[in-house]
Amino acid sequence: MTSDMQAPPVTELGRARPRKEDARLVTGKTNWTDNIILPGLLHVAYVRSPFAHARISRIDVSGALQVPGVVAAFTGEDFGAEQGSLPCAWPVTPDIVIPAHPPMATEEVRYVGEAVACVVARDRYTAADAVSAVEVDYEPLPPVLDIRTALDDSSPRVHEAGNKSFEFLLQNGDLAAAFRDAPVVIERTYRQQRLIPSAMEPRAVVGWNEGDEYTLWSATQIPHVLRVMLALTTGIPEQNIRVIAPDVGGGFGSKLQVTAEEVLALLISRKVGRPVKWTESRSEGNLTVHHGRDQWQRIKLAADSDGRIRALDVDLLADMGAYLMLVTPGVPLLGAFMFNGIYKMDAYSFKCTGVFSTKMPTDAYRGAGRPEATYALERIMDELAAELGMDPLQVRERNWIKHEEFPYDTISGLTYDSGNYEAATARATQLFDYDALRAEQAKRRDSKDPVQLGIGISTYTEMCGLAPSRVLGSLSYGAGGWEHASVRMLPTGKVEVVTGSSAHGQGHETAWSQIVADKLGVPFEDVRVLHGDTQVSPKGMDTYGSRSLTVGGIAVNGACEKVITKAKRISAHLLEASEDDIEFTHGRLHVRGDPESGHTIQEIALAAFTAHALPDGVEPSLDSDATFDPENFSYPHGTHLCATEVDTETGMVTIRTYVAVDDVGKVVNPLIVDGQVHGGLAQGIAQALYEEAIYDDDGNLTTTTMADYLLPSAADLPHFTTDRTETPATTNPLGVKGVGEAGTIASTPAVVNAIVDALRPLGIRDVTMPCTPERVWRAISEAQQANGGAA
Amino acid sequence: MTKITVKVDGVTYVDDVEPRLLLVHYLRETLGKTGTPIGCDTSNCGACTVHLNGTSVKSCSVLAVQADGGEITTIEGLSNGEWHPLQKAFHSEHALQCGYCTPGMIMAAADLLRDNPNPTDEEIREGLEGNLCRCTGYQNIVRAVRRASGSEVKAQ
Repeated sequence: MTSDMQAPPVTELGRARPRKEDARLVTGKTNWTDNIILPGLLHVAYVRSPFAHARISRIDVSGALQVPGVVAAFTGEDFGAEQGSLPCAWPVTPDIVIPAHPPMATEEVRYVGEAVACVVARDRYTAADAVSAVEVDYEPLPPVLDIRTALDDSSPRVHEAGNKSFEFLLQNGDLAAAFRDAPVVIERTYRQQRLIPSAMEPRAVVGWNEGDEYTLWSATQIPHVLRVMLALTTGIPEQNIRVIAPDVGGGFGSKLQVTAEEVLALLISRKVGRPVKWTESRSEGNLTVHHGRDQWQRIKLAADSDGRIRALDVDLLADMGAYLMLVTPGVPLLGAFMFNGIYKMDAYSFKCTGVFSTKMPTDAYRGAGRPEATYALERIMDELAAELGMDPLQVRERNWIKHEEFPYDTISGLTYDSGNYEAATARATQLFDYDALRAEQAKRRDSKDPVQLGIGISTYTEMCGLAPSRVLGSLSYGAGGWEHASVRMLPTGKVEVVTGSSAHGQGHETAWSQIVADKLGVPFEDVRVLHGDTQVSPKGMDTYGSRSLTVGGIAVNGACEKVITKAKRISAHLLEASEDDIEFTHGRLHVRGDPESGHTIQEIALAAFTAHALPDGVEPSLDSDATFDPENFSYPHGTHLCATEVDTETGMVTIRTYVAVDDVGKVVNPLIVDGQVHGGLAQGIAQALYEEAIYDDDGNLTTTTMADYLLPSAADLPHFTTDRTETPATTNPLGVKGVGEAGTIASTPAVVNAIVDALRPLGIRDVTMPCTPERVWRAISEAQQANGGAA
Repeated sequence: MTKITVKVDGVTYVDDVEPRLLLVHYLRETLGKTGTPIGCDTSNCGACTVHLNGTSVKSCSVLAVQADGGEITTIEGLSNGEWHPLQKAFHSEHALQCGYCTPGMIMAAADLLRDNPNPTDEEIREGLEGNLCRCTGYQNIVRAVRRASGSEVKAQ
């Protein structure tokens, strides 16, 4: 805790409660989708394209049908028009090209792994066996693998309409004037490599059609959005579809999707008249769970000689992959509002071109658009500092929005409600011992130590808490950004909370219980949180974009307020007092000035249930609903400092110290917040050092396993020093900000800045991510050759 | 089919199994012991870790027939009534988020502590290298294992 944090009151909010969820998770009593067994359950396995791009000339499933235990086999033709086209909910420009995307390909395949047929069998081993008995003939077509040349006239086409999906432009200020005669102009191109989200639970789906009713269990982040989209895609009436997200083992954006396998589970079940299950293998998942990032970023900055930024000009090429999935085109676009970060400037231009390739589609991955923006911005801020010989902290301070300037209208059109970049930076430099590390760095440089020290800085903010519905509408998004909650006081005084948020590791059962316990003055243990089933929780917009607390949690808070208002009316009636004279404190309703009088809220709940003596016009039962639509995004921020040791002989990078000071406003549960920060840091560091999805020259993914796609283990990550400053959000009643993605957004540039900082005396100003020992070693070798071979 | 006899979490089972059946599928689908999940197909992630004859194994890399005559403990049989110190420590130190890796992580940590009752943080990190977690960044897992080991949980 920091000095500017007030002493917390004795309250549930801010209390480090171990989680309610853990009881089932640490004992193996969890209800994963793959655990589900239903009477007559059959297993589905998919036949997938081995080609990046090919025409399907023939599919023969008859061999599979001969395998004992195989019940059925289907091709895309068998589903015809009923399989529809997988939805893209974010047509970012009026002229965007959204190609048809049948869940099961019928004519052409456009990435390795695209489903072309399936077999349905009594068990998963038989289904897997039968896949190899399906014959498919392909006529290979040329793949499109590099989006930098995909827009050339000579490039093969992914779709008939061409390889460009959209071009989006956002500009503010006089860019030409800002660049004209600018004393400093810096231009860089950065690569955001392709990533595989890698939630630990592979995707799993169970579909069951009985009569008119369709039930889908899925390892999804978005049961509510999925229900709507299943109805729109398949034509099954929405009221007949129930979607259940049981316990879900992580998502990170990868389960923010409407997948082919989800749609097909319902259609296959309808065809075979029995429930069907499909659970992917990890290798299948690496191929066919949407990927993240994959951009080429050209960024150009104009500044004065004292380091003041005049303007920023950003030009992105974003790899869409073969199709536009749920929010594919919107992901790079979120960067439009974030490339300016925490800095003031006179002019700004953001252009993004979405390009098709014959690879797995990209879509949301932790941070979605904001890590990419923050990376390029924080990298070029270091370049600006180097160019001017300034300390990189100093050049940031020169440009950031001062704490007294909030609320602040940014150059990209957002209004940041609150922030204190000075406080977070002061705390971070203190914990990091910044000056001592700079002194050690100088010493190692002087002594030509083979192990050089680098210091990386990332002063970030991000936009989360997605999102004000009106803003989403202005960005052509196909849905709102609200969240719903119900709070029900039961006759025995216990509380049921129904939330539209859909947790998959975030701990909503605990945090929402804390909000309700705090608000209603009931014991934490007496609150039960229900979620993740559209029949139990009929309204919701689900969990992504660090939105659950700042939108869903506020809806819970709002429902509690309505419950209190109703309880006051009942209490006033029972006490024969005026409603205006009733106070509610610590779970008791009483006449003002007489706290011993009155009732507990549990007594009022019983009175509302029996309904023997309710005031006129008050309906029985003490419960309420609330829907919260935020007026603004949430803007957490912070300062991250990373010290790396870089072995110049081997290229090995070791993180020695990592300090993260984040400001996420008011904190409901510090245990959960710290956990989110730790996990976010791990993923951001993993992008900097370890992870990359690689396609070969034929368009085969070569990183299909966890042996090839390197997720960091405990031995690969450092101990993190974390702390917080607390500048409450002014746009919601709890003063909270999002935290789920902050660590990922901040950490990638901090690490790479540290590596480049260590190597800058060699003339190195970039290392392409992931900064593997080989890449770092090659960068050093090339620099040494360019410097005339001097070691 | 091959007949096997195994004792799982204290109960003896006799079953005819296909020789190719993986132990993890035997546990999950034949016995309904779904507390042990599957996270990958190349034995990298460790989510399916159980104890076979007192040593941790990745049950996706063991055939059910190889466990014939053996004694298996899964996360479901780790405690009798009261939680195992590792289960308590994972809860109190917030060493899990989605919880998918947790059964394997706890079973691997139990084996680690049996070999080395008072490991350093570095020894814990290296000892759990075969178990991947995507949520926690491992920091609280290290704290939890240290707490369960009886070593004092100290701030670094």
